Amino acid sequence: MSRARAAGVLLWACLALVAAVPARPVDVTPPLPSAQLQQRYVRLTHELRCMQCQSESLADSQVDLAADLRRQVHDLLLAGDSDDQIRDYMVARYGEFILFRPRMSWRNAWLWGAPVFMMLVGVLVAWRVLRSRSRLADVEDAGADDAAGLP
Amino acid sequence: MNRFLLPLAVFVLLLAVLLVGLRRAPDKSILPSPLIGKPAPQFTLPNLFDNTSPLQSDSLKGHWSLVNVWGTWCVECRAEHSVLLQIKQEARVPIIGIDWRDHDEDALSWLAQLGNPYQRVGTDHDGKVAIDWGVYGAPESFLIDPAGTVVYKHIGPLTMPVWQHEFLPRLSRPAGPGA
Repeated sequence: MSRARAAGVLLWACLALVAAVPARPVDVTPPLPSAQLQQRYVRLTHELRCMQCQSESLADSQVDLAADLRRQVHDLLLAGDSDDQIRDYMVARYGEFILFRPRMSWRNAWLWGAPVFMMLVGVLVAWRVLRSRSRLADVEDAGADDAAGLP
Repeated sequence: MNRFLLPLAVFVLLLAVLLVGLRRAPDKSILPSPLIGKPAPQFTLPNLFDNTSPLQSDSLKGHWSLVNVWGTWCVECRAEHSVLLQIKQEARVPIIGIDWRDHDEDALSWLAQLGNPYQRVGTDHDGKVAIDWGVYGAPESFLIDPAGTVVYKHIGPLTMPVWQHEFLPRLSRPAGPGA
């Protein structure tokens, strides 16, 4: 019993340790004065990339640069910039790559158009195949007796 | 046989496109700077060596300069340092340092210990100027022409081959936007 009990205590101790780890917040930027501003802050820091860690957003990253950029988003929001102005501010300095959701431009328009194009090709191919099949069926109907033995 | 030819051709083409894409996949840690071809960002920073005369972006005008963003916390900057000293020896361009998110005492002892390649050093304690320059990983080096335009940016430690192949050829071209 004592061994099982010791194991139980150990397990709980481990769980407590794990639970204690996320207690340290990543983002220490002071909150914005209004709920709307804070909401925009949260949204923007989630859709801007941390340039150093790249697959993390500004909101999730622990590196110093992300902290600086969060602070900058905070200050720009306080100064009354719109979301688009803040995105433009970041793009002007770091390039399109900082946006997790890339914007449509002439340079990447073909990428956006590719699914539509491929679907059109698919429809065209399907239409041609169906038409040739139905023609084949007509021919088969006409000569049903001859074709009876064919698979 | 003929009906398989077109799909096969399409498949081979797709394969080729994907293969080329894989091979030429750009290194994502090195991103093109949107600042190239644009005027260097304006700044005023405290001067590391003399706190009575700040370092201003206007001082970049009228001559070529190499702006180097570094910090004593940056491991690769130490590797780069000897290259900067060599570039200083060549005396082609003054090197202007931006000491990023650093402590002045650390920076001064670093330069006293390893030698000082910089003509002037501005201290960017809170990282605001680095944001304007789009810096995301020190060391970064910018080549600025006499009109104050950013001509080239190198991310990561400078090496002599990079200096010789990417920077020097641009230095000998005529200055100005679109050069």
